[in-house]
Amino acid sequence: MANDTTAAAGKGGFRAWLNKRLPVDEFMQSQLVGYYAPKNFNVWYFFGSLALLVFVMQIFTGIFLTMHFKPGELTAFDSVEYIMREVEWGWMIRYMHSTGASMFFIVVYLHMYRALLYGSYKAPRELLWLIGMCIYLALMAEAFFGYVLPWGNMSYWGAQVIVNLFGTIPAIGPGLVEWIRGDYGIADATLGRFFALHVIALPFALALLIVLHLVALRQNGSNNPEGIEIKAKLGPDGKPLDGIPFHPYYTLKDLVGVGLFLIAFAIVVFFVPTFGGLFLERPNFEPANALSTPTHIAPVWYFTPFYAILRAVPDQQLGALLMGLSVVVFLFLPWLDRSPVKAIRYRGWIWKLALAVFTVSFLALMVLGLLPAEGTYVTLARIFSVGYFGFFVLMPIYTRIDPVKPVPERISNHA
Amino acid sequence: MTDIAATADQEIDHSRRRFLTAATVGTGAVGVGFALVPFIKSWKPSERARALGAPAEVDVTKIEPGQMVIVSWRKQAIYVVHRTPEMVAAIGPDESMLKDPASDASIQPEYAKNTLRSAKPEFLVIVGICTHLGCLPKQHFERGEAALGADWPGGFFCPCHGSKFDLAGRVMSGSPASTNLVVPPHAFRGDTLVIGVDPQEGVA
Repeated sequence: MANDTTAAAGKGGFRAWLNKRLPVDEFMQSQLVGYYAPKNFNVWYFFGSLALLVFVMQIFTGIFLTMHFKPGELTAFDSVEYIMREVEWGWMIRYMHSTGASMFFIVVYLHMYRALLYGSYKAPRELLWLIGMCIYLALMAEAFFGYVLPWGNMSYWGAQVIVNLFGTIPAIGPGLVEWIRGDYGIADATLGRFFALHVIALPFALALLIVLHLVALRQNGSNNPEGIEIKAKLGPDGKPLDGIPFHPYYTLKDLVGVGLFLIAFAIVVFFVPTFGGLFLERPNFEPANALSTPTHIAPVWYFTPFYAILRAVPDQQLGALLMGLSVVVFLFLPWLDRSPVKAIRYRGWIWKLALAVFTVSFLALMVLGLLPAEGTYVTLARIFSVGYFGFFVLMPIYTRIDPVKPVPERISNHA
Repeated sequence: MTDIAATADQEIDHSRRRFLTAATVGTGAVGVGFALVPFIKSWKPSERARALGAPAEVDVTKIEPGQMVIVSWRKQAIYVVHRTPEMVAAIGPDESMLKDPASDASIQPEYAKNTLRSAKPEFLVIVGICTHLGCLPKQHFERGEAALGADWPGGFFCPCHGSKFDLAGRVMSGSPASTNLVVPPHAFRGDTLVIGVDPQEGVA
């Protein structure tokens, strides 16, 4: 049983032999059974373990796609069609991978939103948040490179637009763009390097960052919906009074989340794999064509809030700068938030209003980024961009004057 | 252990140790820097890519006045427009609608830095890539075209983000793009337009 792992180390036999050479039991004890997490996790706490699950699934399905995919401007599109039509179950492996990409962003966005709700980025978890943001940035790069690989027309023109963003950097811009592409346009050389980055460099970087994220998490333990530090109240055994062992309590709880998630995942893979053009866009079913733009270029849904900000700004350089800033600004969250409390439960109406404005702005920009940049849509994108940045820029002010409620010392049994 | 550490501590020349540590780290960093150069340079366009980027030739006698042909040069769409005298006359009178009428902030060879942005008035040679974010602007040469407003002088419209350019490839106010369409180096050798070389360069 899990509880006598330490005792088992003293016994003879294979287990003792093994543990003398590799600290398996010690690791399980310190990281799972002996690792205490707050007792009041709610559904918002599913998404960390789900993100890890999707990462593993993406690696697994990706390995199998790599076996059939042929990077190259003449072969890439055809090899994806070959996977879809001629490789046994190839369609399912590819749909799992493409659905996985969107699902990754759904669970990561919810995971990040949880941090906003309960102040999980606040001291002493600033580095945990920063490492998490690095994972998010690496994930964005990974998703972008992966999106280019099928070499559909939207892949091609999406790559064109994103790579040209680097051309707006003064002085070094044009040279930098040529260096990224390795040619005078998006070409074979570009596809080759994006493939290498997508299947080797970034997955390695992501794996490393995920390990760092978990190590940083274990240093201070999880935050919780009450925003109370459970390590402040220890029992006579030195364990937090309001904590329960991660295993078996949360491993089993997460298993329920995994089950529900996989049901939703399977429904998308088997019934709506393109998700109405949101997960796989229609112009991408045509091969890349350097001489014909899709009539309406939009990135995949998970990048559209930032893309809407880019298009809302009339000046090209400023637009690119603000788009970059709209992503990077999350890094400063632990220092922008000056509130003495963490969880939304004990925050005042000003924070709740600000968070509501941000939530609406983010979702509205997401929708606007998918629509053409015309007339009222541009005006709306400008209004919501102000709401988006206002949330961050004004945060040091409104979090100080926010009427917060007193935070109890212990997590109550009804929480 | 502590005794050994304590005695050793007195004998250690700390400034010497710091210097040696810094020198080792510094030398190593320089070595890593040099070792990275080949890897960084491997991303530049290869010899083959550079060879395939050689000049492209177009027989301009085959382009009717008022017509446009698209030529591929360095995987970019190059628009070659044979402008009629009416089209040429329509360029320039009202420069208040333009963001960069004198092409000061735009990219073009010196011989095309003029109102018509061309070496020969009747031929406009531009890179058909929107200076905003790289889409292909579409040709809308009809003056006062309904969808683009009565004051539309004729030119190019980018369907991606709505940038507008006149018949000299100059960007119009209200466009997200801030510079004019790029004019590539080009030269006329008799009736042949060579894209990718300047006129003063030797005949290929």
